Amino acid sequence: MDFPLLLGIFPQVLLDGIILGFMYALIALGYTMVYGVLEFINFAHSEIFIVGAFVGVEILMGLKSAGLLESLPWVLVLLLILVAGMAASGALAVLVERAAYRPLRHAPRLIPLISAIGVSFFLQDAIRLFESIWNNAFNLVYPTMDPLNRRFELTETIDVSVKSLVVIVAALLMLWALHVVVNRTRIGTAIRAVAEDQAAASLMGINVNRIISLTFLIGGGMGGAAGVLFGVQYGLINPYTGFIPGLKAFTAAVLGGIGNIPGAMMGGLVLGLLEAFAASYLSLLTGGAFGAEYKDIFAFAILILILIFRPKGLLGEIVRERA
Amino acid sequence: MNSLRAVLDRPVPATALVVALLAVTAYAVSHYPRSIVAFMLFQSSILLLYFARMPGWLKALITAGALGGLMPILGSINAYYLEIAIQVGIFVALALGLNIVVGLAGLLDLGYVAFFAVGAYSWAIFGSPQANQIFGGGFFPLSGAWFFVFLLVGVGMAAGAGILLGLPVLRLHGDYLAIVTLGFGEVIRVLANNLDKPINFTNGPKGITPIARPPIFFDPVLRAMGIDASPNVVYPLYLYFLVLVIVGVTVLVNRRLEDSHVGRAWEAIREDQTAAQAMGVPLVRMKLMAFACGASFAGAVGVLFSAKQIFINPESFTFMESIGVLAMVILGGMGSIPGAILGATVVTVLNLQVLKGLSLWLNELRNAGVEIFGYSLANLPTQLEPAKYERMVFGLILVLMMIFRPQGILPAKRRRRELGESES
Repeated sequence: MDFPLLLGIFPQVLLDGIILGFMYALIALGYTMVYGVLEFINFAHSEIFIVGAFVGVEILMGLKSAGLLESLPWVLVLLLILVAGMAASGALAVLVERAAYRPLRHAPRLIPLISAIGVSFFLQDAIRLFESIWNNAFNLVYPTMDPLNRRFELTETIDVSVKSLVVIVAALLMLWALHVVVNRTRIGTAIRAVAEDQAAASLMGINVNRIISLTFLIGGGMGGAAGVLFGVQYGLINPYTGFIPGLKAFTAAVLGGIGNIPGAMMGGLVLGLLEAFAASYLSLLTGGAFGAEYKDIFAFAILILILIFRPKGLLGEIVRERA
Repeated sequence: MNSLRAVLDRPVPATALVVALLAVTAYAVSHYPRSIVAFMLFQSSILLLYFARMPGWLKALITAGALGGLMPILGSINAYYLEIAIQVGIFVALALGLNIVVGLAGLLDLGYVAFFAVGAYSWAIFGSPQANQIFGGGFFPLSGAWFFVFLLVGVGMAAGAGILLGLPVLRLHGDYLAIVTLGFGEVIRVLANNLDKPINFTNGPKGITPIARPPIFFDPVLRAMGIDASPNVVYPLYLYFLVLVIVGVTVLVNRRLEDSHVGRAWEAIREDQTAAQAMGVPLVRMKLMAFACGASFAGAVGVLFSAKQIFINPESFTFMESIGVLAMVILGGMGSIPGAILGATVVTVLNLQVLKGLSLWLNELRNAGVEIFGYSLANLPTQLEPAKYERMVFGLILVLMMIFRPQGILPAKRRRRELGESES
């Protein structure tokens, strides 16, 4: 076994894992907030997430064809696509809740879940339809922005690109902002009250429907931001790209204890790190017998094990069963 | 609508109407073999047959005549219709299997296609030279006659996989169960994709080919009757009848199960697990049985599927297929056998005929350079292919059915009673 190699790539793998982890954390927030309030898995969140990435790429391509991409300061461009992606995804999430979930709020539990799966499939092809007509292509590549691709060499083998730093900083800022909103503001208090007990909250004068819409708006917005960052970081997107990251982010939410916001952040980080290490080390450690492709199995195996042995998740929010 | 109902409720006019419609539409298909509309009308008259009130033996006779006589004849005129019929049959059997798990036992399984894959791969590996890579030597492929043995092996393997999945998830309910089964389906697909090393089991994404087909054991009979049919003509018909037999057996087993004590136990678990347990329903055994029974049908069809395709790879067993089968069950009505059959037929026909037909039509218009309101269709984006929008169909079915008619088009009898609709 090549120990120097194994040790040598360690910091790089760690860094990749952290980036991936923050991405998962941002997406997982959408799942966990909705679950906290409605006890329902918003299956369509993976598509709400990828819509953010598509809005970002459309704006970048528009700026590029207008010749503005190089002349505008990159921070401004980045802020613009982040805000636009968040707005679009947030609005879409609210719309989906209104159209497909609200009419089913008091139906047996599996009914809204099936509806959510339907929305997810519908949105995938709706994005494809839109992009096919608009661009005559649905596999889109993020236009490169040179300042973002600059790399800092930390040592000979490890380097960090600007965009990776941007992902980490943006994710941290957003997680902090969400923490403040949920724990320090009146709206946050209302969200927590609705999550605790809808009937009691409405008796206290809280407009439950508005709060639920708001929850979808915030969760969708976080997902949209994750989508834009995903596009900036990995470049290539298509309407079906969102599905697997979405599923893994859900795993992260369960891992941290679904319904629990700090749990989702932690679950995302843990899962991202595990996956990065599985992807790089599995094939090295087994002499090529098991390739990086098994990292997906890793994530699902974790999900299954957590659900069976510790359904509360790592941070232990109690999951109420209502079959 | 009501006058049609009135005709269908009286046996003599109903029989006359259905037979006449079958004859006319079959004649239309034979005359316009390329017309999609004619073939869909033929399918609708079979559906009408289901609603008509007539003696059971007569209905069985006409159904057998339409499916066993007319359909093969039409299929020999246009081979594509036979292909559609075979696909419909495969999906009917799958939908009936999933109906046991989702409809009767109320366990939402989002990875159902995994059992289909297990069946398909169990014959594909041994019915092709692939098995030599595992066991060495040159014993394989097994001869086609083993296919019939492997129908049972496939059933066993899939049932085993069902129990394997069922055991760890026994304690989960509702949406958590759904997510875990989804994960299981993905795990099976990733395994099929990557088990080409260290030992080559599945040949990875390249898939397995050529897979042996069941022998034409009635060939001497055909020859004796003076029919010299080439395998190209005989095989589709042969496969069609095999599918028909499998579907027939599946329907029969399902009907017997539904009213047996097992079926009732499943429905009790679906309605209220705690109450069912209090009444003495053995939860563990019944849930495992639901998974195993549902999976076994998928296993049998999987074996048939691999023989039909000659080539299989992991692409045929994606999450989309699982959801497609789920959409069929939901469209027809959870827990309803006629519903599952109807749902599978409608969805398959939508995908294979309507969407593909739209694609062809759009292409023709595009090539002809037709203009609509001054917009030349030749300028339409080339990426716009209606045939690729299966997911949109599945998605719309799921959402619209859940909002407007969660009990499905042909609700199960018991559910119909619960919802207080008039018995129809």
